[in-house]
Amino acid sequence: MIWVKSMQADIFKKKKLNTAVFILLVCFVTFIAATITEFSIAKGIASVPKAIQWSFSNFYPTKESLTKLPDILDKMKETLLISIAATTVAALLAMIFAIFGSTATRVNAFFGGICRGIATVFRNIDTAAWAMILLFSFGQSPLTGYFALFFGSFGFLTRAFVETIDEVSSSSVEALKATGASYFTIIFQSVIPSCIPQIISWVLFMVETNIRSATLVGLLAGSGIGFAFDLYYKSLNYHTASLVVIVIVVSILFIELISNYVRRVIL
Amino acid sequence: MTALLEVAHVSKKFGNDTKALSDVNFSVREGEFVSIIGPSGAGKSTLLRCINRMIDASSGEINFDNVNILSLNKRELKKTRTKIGMIFQHYNLVNRLTVIENTLHGRLGFKTTFAGMLGIYTEEEKQQAIKILNVLGLNEQIFKRSDQLSGGQKQRVGIARALIQNPRMLLCDEPIASLDPSSSKVIMDHLKNISVKMGITVLVNLHQVDVALKYSDTIIGINGGQVVYNGSPKNITPDDIHRIYGSEAGKLIFDMGEIHAG
Repeated sequence: MIWVKSMQADIFKKKKLNTAVFILLVCFVTFIAATITEFSIAKGIASVPKAIQWSFSNFYPTKESLTKLPDILDKMKETLLISIAATTVAALLAMIFAIFGSTATRVNAFFGGICRGIATVFRNIDTAAWAMILLFSFGQSPLTGYFALFFGSFGFLTRAFVETIDEVSSSSVEALKATGASYFTIIFQSVIPSCIPQIISWVLFMVETNIRSATLVGLLAGSGIGFAFDLYYKSLNYHTASLVVIVIVVSILFIELISNYVRRVIL
Repeated sequence: MTALLEVAHVSKKFGNDTKALSDVNFSVREGEFVSIIGPSGAGKSTLLRCINRMIDASSGEINFDNVNILSLNKRELKKTRTKIGMIFQHYNLVNRLTVIENTLHGRLGFKTTFAGMLGIYTEEEKQQAIKILNVLGLNEQIFKRSDQLSGGQKQRVGIARALIQNPRMLLCDEPIASLDPSSSKVIMDHLKNISVKMGITVLVNLHQVDVALKYSDTIIGINGGQVVYNGSPKNITPDDIHRIYGSEAGKLIFDMGEIHAG
């Protein structure tokens, strides 16, 4: 009995010690990183009021800048449509790769590994990096933005779909296999019906994310709303630039509203 | 009577050294009700899944309806699987589909890929589904979504999906392990009826020894991947039970005397 008690005390002491060491380690790493980069928290906080002051004196839309609104809205529309098109087409391709990559529905382990490997490569290259790479082949055009978003979405969605399929449909896949149903019958009668709400939810999430990324991608690829912002900002037209930011924020909120509604209805 | 299912020298290894089954032999007559009992991890589920090749056995021979299952190619295997219904502990339904859609899934093995993908069923198939659901007491649930059912109702849908295959044999993997006693009794009574009235062979994995002794024609006891008992529930002794479960004498929850008396 005494032996058991001392063992338990040891375990608790050990766990507390582990936690303490971990916290100390994090503090140490933070300190080192701050020293190397000469980052000062005090300085950072001190500059916030200055930034706010600058924003209030320069970064607001004026009557004059409102005349540019139709132009801005036009660019926003282009960005929205590119994001949606890139996401939906990527989702279709991702679904095919996810079905072949999921443990529940893969044809064999080797082919499944290849499918997931391809998706991992695409996922781990950031959308911004894709934009830079694609700039060489397509130049400054909407196509660059489209493909940058497409590749990023494809990688992410494949991963999300694989996990959905594994989690939701592996049991009914087993049941249909046991009835002697063929591969594609199982996919269409079991995998797709059970996964469809989560899949739609992921696609909506991706559309939202892509509209946000499209701003940055547009800046790099020279198209859409990101380019408009860049243009006004660099020509010191801060009032119009602020209007662009407001339009982006309002559009994202609007899209979120719609997708939240759709999620509520389907789930 | 002739043997419908014959399992001879079947072994299954996972990886190089984990032996799930070693040299399993038994045979099952047409219309027989057989319970497989044994401790968790003894290989009951593996054995059941080897029979319809959801898992491929490493060696041995499995004859079902005079066909060696282990030698079948993909197409022949699918055809054979249509003759064997399967029931699962967690029901394995498509939760978002209705009861009748889940029941009709049992017909998918008979369809071309095209008809199967689109879920095209004949009028007779739909009528048969409704008839089976009525027999199982699910007439009010036919058009409900499966996730709105209780566990016992879900398992009855599982049975309906297996029955609509017009199978020769049912494989039931722990069909009552997640159910309360009264739902368990309903499910076991249905399975017994299926065996007695329809002449369908039923093979059930069970954890409840008392249930196994009460319902079965034959008990197969498995421990460590080997058959340690194969015979009638009437002749089973406490020693046999302890050999199956590897427990010490006099340490099981239920009373043997009670069951033999009942």
